[in-house]
Formats: sequence, C-alpha cells, structure tokens
Amino acid sequence: MKLHSRHLLGLEGMSKDELTLILDTAVSFREILDRPIKKVPPLQGKTVVNLFFESSTRTRISFELAERRLSADVVSFTAAASSVSKGETLKDTARNIEAMKIDMVVVRHAAPGSAHFLSKVVDANVINAGDGGHEHPTQGLLDMYTLREKFGALEGLRVCIVGDITHSRVARSNIYGLLTMGAEVSVCGPETLIPRELGKFGVQVYHHLEEVIPKVDALNVLRVQLERQKSGLFPSMREYHRFFGVTKEKVSRAPKPITIMHPGPINRDVELSADLADSEHSVILQQVTNGVAIRMAVLYLLGTTN
Amino acid sequence: MKVHLKGGRLLDPVSGRDESMDFLIVEGTIESMGSRVKADSSYTTVDLTDQIIAPGFIDMHVHLREPGFEHKETIETGCASAAAGGFTAVCCMPNTNPAIDDESVARYVHEKGKQVCDGVVDVYPIAAATKGRLGVELSPMAELAQAGAVGFSDDGSPIASAEIMRRAFEYSSMYGIPIIQHAEESTMTCGGCMNEGYTATKLGMPGIPPVAEELMIARDIILLRYIPKARYHVAHISTAGAVDHVRGAKKERLHVTSEVTPHHFSLVDTVVESFDTNTKMNPPLRTREDLEAVKEGLKDGTIDVIATDHAPHTIDEKEVEYTQAPFGVVGLETAIGLSITGLVETKVLTLHQLVEKLSTNPRTILSLPAVKIAEGEMANLTFVDPQRVWAVDVSQFKSKSKNSPFHGATLKGKATGIFNNRKLLLL
Repeated sequence: MKLHSRHLLGLEGMSKDELTLILDTAVSFREILDRPIKKVPPLQGKTVVNLFFESSTRTRISFELAERRLSADVVSFTAAASSVSKGETLKDTARNIEAMKIDMVVVRHAAPGSAHFLSKVVDANVINAGDGGHEHPTQGLLDMYTLREKFGALEGLRVCIVGDITHSRVARSNIYGLLTMGAEVSVCGPETLIPRELGKFGVQVYHHLEEVIPKVDALNVLRVQLERQKSGLFPSMREYHRFFGVTKEKVSRAPKPITIMHPGPINRDVELSADLADSEHSVILQQVTNGVAIRMAVLYLLGTTN
Repeated sequence: MKVHLKGGRLLDPVSGRDESMDFLIVEGTIESMGSRVKADSSYTTVDLTDQIIAPGFIDMHVHLREPGFEHKETIETGCASAAAGGFTAVCCMPNTNPAIDDESVARYVHEKGKQVCDGVVDVYPIAAATKGRLGVELSPMAELAQAGAVGFSDDGSPIASAEIMRRAFEYSSMYGIPIIQHAEESTMTCGGCMNEGYTATKLGMPGIPPVAEELMIARDIILLRYIPKARYHVAHISTAGAVDHVRGAKKERLHVTSEVTPHHFSLVDTVVESFDTNTKMNPPLRTREDLEAVKEGLKDGTIDVIATDHAPHTIDEKEVEYTQAPFGVVGLETAIGLSITGLVETKVLTLHQLVEKLSTNPRTILSLPAVKIAEGEMANLTFVDPQRVWAVDVSQFKSKSKNSPFHGATLKGKATGIFNNRKLLLL
C-alpha cells in the first residue's frame, strides 16, 4: 500500500485506505517522539524546503521538527525575508529554489490552489501546508489522528466544526477527511461565515451551539479573525463570543463530556473560553504533538516511495 | 482581383435566402450571383462546396489592448486573430491606456484598423461611457460618436453610480447609441475570482455571487423604464436570473439587448477545480443551470448576440496563483467552432439563427449598416465549414496571447475564409 499521488495537496479525493495508511504510519512516529533520542534516518540525504508565504509559527516549526527528526536537510524561508517582496512570482521563486536541487517542498500560501500550482511547475514532491481557504491537509490528518487516539475509531464519530467555515482551510480538510473515514460532520457558526451550498457536502449546518452540543462527541473550534468583523461578516467580538464562543457553561449541558479541539492559535475567551481550553477535555496540546508525527508520516511516505 | 466563389450555400438572414449560390466578385464588388454563373479563366475559383457563405461576422466585444497594453495584443495581432476566426469586423472595448474616452484615441483605433492586415477587418471603437472609465463624469459622447464610436461602455468596470447611469442613458439617447453595461454590483464582488456556489465552497475560493450581476441589470432596467428613449445592451450575460430580467424587459418592449460569450455557453465553474487560470474570467463561469438558461435565452431570442469578450493576457500574467491572475480569455479563434459545437450540433440554434447572432443582430444593435449580399454591393462575407472537425491548438493562434481554456478541445465547425474591403483571405 502506498499513496496514490506523489504530492499531498489536499484530503479531498483521498481514499479511506490512503488516509488510514498515513494515520497508521504516524502511530510509529508518534512513539518515536517519546524516546530520548527522537531522530531516525529515512530522509537522510534528502533536502526539504519550507516555503512560507504567509506567517505561521506552529505549522512551520512542526514541519521543521518533523523533517529534522527524519534526518532531512532543511531550509526554511518566509515571505518577508524573500524575493517575493521584490516582485518575484511564485513560479520563479519555486523554480529557483528547485534549481538548487531539492527533493521536497512544503508550501504555505494565501491563494487557494497555490500548492496545486507549484506541483505543476516543479518536480519536487509538494506538501500543502495551507493554501488560502482551500485545504490544510496535515492539520486535517492530525485532527483525525487525535480523534482516533481518543475515541479508538472515526467511523460514526460525531464532530462539529465551530466558527468561520467560509475562510477555513482547516474546516475543509476536516470535512473531506472525516467524511471519508465515516464520521458524522456538522458545522456551527453565523450564517455569514458558512459558505454557500455547504449542505451538499453532506454536513449538517447549525447556527446555535446549544442545538448541536448535545449531539456531538467533539467540537473543533476555529480561530475567528478580527478582519472578518471589519468586512461586515459579524457585528463584534463580544457578540461572537456570547453566541458562538465555546464555553464551559455551554458544553456542561451535554449529556457526556465533549472533547475540545482547536487548530491554534487560540483567541482565549473569544471563540473558546480559557478554562475550557485548559480543561481535561481539551486535546489541544495533543493535537500539536500529533502534528509532528503526522508530518513525519507524510514526509516519510512521499519521500521514500519514489 | 476577380474571384469566382463556387458551390457554397448562401445563408443570408437579411434577404432570407438559404440556397446554393455562386458568386463572381470583381475588385470586391459582387458582379453577379446565381446558381449558374459563368466565369472565364480570368477568375480565381474558390471551391466552397459544403460550405456556408454568410454576411461577414462581427464580434462586438473584443479587447484589442492597443494603445497601452501592446504586450498582450495589438490592433494588428487582434485583427489577424479576428480574421483567422472568421470575423470581418470587431468592436474594441475602451479599457486601453489611455482609455478610448476622447476623439483622438477613437480615431487612432479606427484608422489603425484600416492599416493593419490589409484592412480586411473593420475596427469599430466602443468608447468609454465616462471619462477615464472612472464612472464620475460623462465622456464626450457626441464627439466620440463623430469619431466613429458605435457604443459606450466602461467595460471591465460597471457604471456603478445610478445617477451617472441615468445621465449616460439620457445623453446617449440623443445619438441612438447603446450603453453597453458590464453588469456587476462591485460592492458584492470584491476579491472574488470565481462563481460563488458549490465549487467555490469546495475550493475555498472567494466568490462572485450571481446576484451581483442580476442586481445591476435589474437596476438598469428600472432606469431604462424611466428613460425609455435610451438603448441598453447587457455585455457577457452569464446567469439564469440575468437572462430572466432581460427577457422580462424585452416583453415590456424596452430597448434592451444582450450578448453571451462562447465560454459561458460551453463551460461551467467546475472546471476551476483544475486551478487553471485560463478558466478565470469576469463574469465567471457559472453553473450548469446558468449555462442551460443562457442557451434557452439564445434560443428564444432573449440573447441577441454571441460576442467573445476576447481578452488577451500573456502567459506570464496568467501563470500565477489563481487569485492573482487577471480575468479574461481569448476567444476570436474559437468562437465559430464553439458555437457550432455547442449550439448548432445540439439543436439550440439553426445555422441561420447563428448567423443572425454573429452578424446581423450585432450590426442592428450598433446601428451599423446591414451587410447586403446582392449584385453591385461590396462583398463582406464569412465562409464557414460547419462539418470541419479540428483540435484547438493555442500555438496556432494569430492572437499574441494564448490564454484559452479550450486548448486541446475538439470542435466542429471552422471559418474557412473571409472577404471584406476588396480582400479575400482564405484560411
């Protein structure tokens, strides 16, 4: 069993077997992370470039750690320090870096489809680390990994994604991946932040947390961004917190404890109350740890099969 | 030059003729026509067996890019592209630099058209409706009309202000020249780069809602009801709702006309899943329902014209992230093939109706003289082989730009030649 594509551009269209392969592969890497010596040799001699055209701390560090723990040579570059600010196109930037003989590219970019675009203009394996509002496949995978770890299986699991679905690549990757794995997916957020025709994807749409909380096993709470308020999509952070913020009080009405997830970074007491983020039902830090294992699995599977 | 056109089928909506017809053309003038004309050896014979002879096609929505953007297209390459696509005339949009918003630029474009490609393609400028296409002050419409402008439009941008639109209607009505609206309520489309709907949701792409187009058309129709002397032409109509608005206005007998591009009756927004920037245009590709609605509009006459919105961009400009890419695709050299493949073969239009939408209707809308196919008249003809099957290869395009979403497509129907301004061009 191996992955169908030599790139990881998104979870849409990936089969249950492929997703399971990545999750299973990550289990052994997760185990390595608990060892005193966390480095293994599979990518020795391979060079990975992290192209981050959008600021990111946790995803970039997570990828870098994953790459180094697989013994790859690693170069990271962020937009501010690059020639992008000098007007160079994405294609030129990527081709120039590839001309330096690299094997894999991890890319984060604000434009949907940019990872897809790169995969057409370079020969290296491309891993999408977030392309605008499109996909963030390793986040989707690490969320699924964390849920599987907690609940044993994804089949039949009820997961609700809360917040700004329209602009969220995390939401999309979770929806595609979880539906393929047989989970029940719902979303909850203000109508202005739910993209059109989302129901056609096979997800339930809610606008009231109290309605969905009794029906789910886990809430994946998305970060809300202030700029959405400025563009008229919701009235205020205060109102958002009151009606869409996930709090201890709101989840306490559930018949059994609900697992709380968040892709980070958290706006404490805006989309998620601080006490809940730090509670025993929060798996937010496990998500972060699992993220390294998932990225190791993806790098390993793509980097060693051809 | 003496030419004998032999064996073709004349399809002429103006005279209503549909019959085999031979022509003798001497120095561009039709000397004689009939089923058995006699040509001596001084004539060059062109065998048009199984081909259509139609009044010269005109594309009323083309971006020639000159002056200002000659790296994308020039009047010369644009005319060459038009000729290769079977058009004997084009109307060029005013979003040049400087914009066609004064007499000198309008004259330059019009005259340049006569100098390039042996003058085989007539170039009619569509002038800006407002100065600099900024939507604030009216352009000098009377002067522009004298300089040859056949329509007024801020194409690329809508005329957003209702007050300016009202005044544009009023002022242009004195000259019987249509206002051509790029219908888009821009407050709803900022940052959008594809149709808002299922596919945009799937791709996480900022959307352009269909209602943004419909709102602007609805507003304009209400204004037109208030200023019924004016003439209103909807450019590149793309949504089912927009077609309904135009249909309703036509029932009221308002002076409304509309056009659709070949890409809007050939493709739907799911092709954006390829992230190929040659699927990015404005208005964007819409849904299957919208595509069926524009076909219905073509069939029932709500949509009068097929126009390409030929919008050349260089490879470098297009080979970028989808959100960064400019809107637009080239269309002149695929229009006939797409129309026959998508409309005639599927029985949406007859060949006769297709000729109306590519030749007679746009001329009527723009008050251009009808092409007369009769003895003593100058020949202005397009030859089409409706059965020819061919593969689109952008490297063969005469246009300077190659940004077509149809590269590699197999089409049925192709222009085989044009005759205009005393010149015969066989393709």
